[in-house]
Amino acid sequence: MRTLAVARGVAWRTLHNVFHNPSLLVPSLVFPLFFFTAFAGGLSRVGDIPGFDYPPGYTAFQFVFVLLQSAAFGGVFTGFGIARDFESGFARRLLLAAPNRTGIVLGYASAALVRWLVTAAFLTVVAVAAGMNVGGSGVDLVGLYTLAVILNLAAVLWAAGVAMRLRTMQAGPVMQFPVFLVLFFAPVYVPLTLLQGWIHTVALVNPVTRVLESGRGFLAGTPTEVAVAFGAAVALAAAFSLWALRGLRKAEAAG
Amino acid sequence: MTGFADQVYVLGRRSVLRTLRQPANVAAPLLFPMLLLAVNSGGLKAETKLPGFPTDSFVAFALAVPFIQGALFATMNAGTDLARDIQTGFLDRLSLTPMRGIAVLAGQLGGAVVLGLVQAAVYLGVGLAVGVRPASGVLGVLVLFVFALFVTLAFGALGAFAALRTGSGEAVQSLFPAFFVFLFISSMNIPRNLIEQTWFRDLATANPVSYLLECVRSLIITGWDAEALALGFGITGAITIASLSLSTWALRVRMARS
Repeated sequence: MRTLAVARGVAWRTLHNVFHNPSLLVPSLVFPLFFFTAFAGGLSRVGDIPGFDYPPGYTAFQFVFVLLQSAAFGGVFTGFGIARDFESGFARRLLLAAPNRTGIVLGYASAALVRWLVTAAFLTVVAVAAGMNVGGSGVDLVGLYTLAVILNLAAVLWAAGVAMRLRTMQAGPVMQFPVFLVLFFAPVYVPLTLLQGWIHTVALVNPVTRVLESGRGFLAGTPTEVAVAFGAAVALAAAFSLWALRGLRKAEAAG
Repeated sequence: MTGFADQVYVLGRRSVLRTLRQPANVAAPLLFPMLLLAVNSGGLKAETKLPGFPTDSFVAFALAVPFIQGALFATMNAGTDLARDIQTGFLDRLSLTPMRGIAVLAGQLGGAVVLGLVQAAVYLGVGLAVGVRPASGVLGVLVLFVFALFVTLAFGALGAFAALRTGSGEAVQSLFPAFFVFLFISSMNIPRNLIEQTWFRDLATANPVSYLLECVRSLIITGWDAEALALGFGITGAITIASLSLSTWALRVRMARS
């Protein structure tokens, strides 16, 4: 009960800050939309490349990437807030006041999820209004959004671990850069089969590739690699939950 | 220190040294564009199979992007450093010396241009290392450096204008996403004639950044394209004149206030 009470308090405060501060809210809504516009609008001709076979079309193909990207960056942006809390001294007071400190991590993670759900709803409405084709059933779509939720959780736990270790806003690039790399070293613009050279090799071993390919399968109504994708996403979330909890212990030890 | 040239030299040297002492400000303009080049040239290589694509090397096509992206970083560096000079009172103290105000601007921009040229050399070196051979030859490479100089000057002066008007490094930094939008809504990843969506093609056509990219691209993959060069240099010249005029005016206002 104590854990949940702490989590609820931290989540409420984080969300209150985000939704009452346009400079925090607007970028997380606008950037995914901007990437969706730039990729789906500007590169739609890529769908004509010989060998490109994705029945719902290039807009849907890019939608899945941008949805997963927004989930990951929703987690990272929440990590920025954690770092800000440490820098301002709020987090130290929080550590003193919280009867169960694991609830702090849970609270930040819950806030990241709610924040991303708003972004996802906005992005989905825009994509559907722009004429995106959806081949999957309701169950398939639940699969797609569940994958994104797990990715959001993994990203916020990664960012929380960094923020709690470094405890400064200057840790922003450390949180952001690896996430950017792992996302863009997946098949962003074309399916895995059309990638060539070193990027194909990197994409093959990149766990996000499985999540992305499976997500695209869900949206097309032809689920593929479902077990591998969920396994990869859950493994990432589990590994980063340990990372975040150890970060919490380091923050406690630092006082 | 008597002459205007000496004043510019000292402040330009200070600008370069200050940037070199902040590794993040040196690394980001070099690494981030190269990373984006690697990701895009790997991921979009299949695009060269589209009928009408101007080259069979996507790296050659995409090499234009770092040149423009590097100039955007110059905007940030020049603007943020000048804003810091305002915030710390350095500009106020300078105004008490015989130093001419315009030397501050020229020195700051001179430093940004030097770093812009270093960035251009690195981008070109990476391109050559991965097999890109500029179709316009050695003379074209020289023109490319002249273009890089003007683009850095144009965007650097925009950053300086923002810094002088706002006096805030954060305000200058907030310009970065706006510039990034201009970069992405352009012919950055695909030639304009191959953009399928009419609305996106219209936006890219109206976006001056498309012509800056196409100017660099023409030297690398086409050879000598008078129209692309005229548009690229013409637009860069117009932005340079406008941004230098605005920043000179803003400097006068700022110095009068202090």
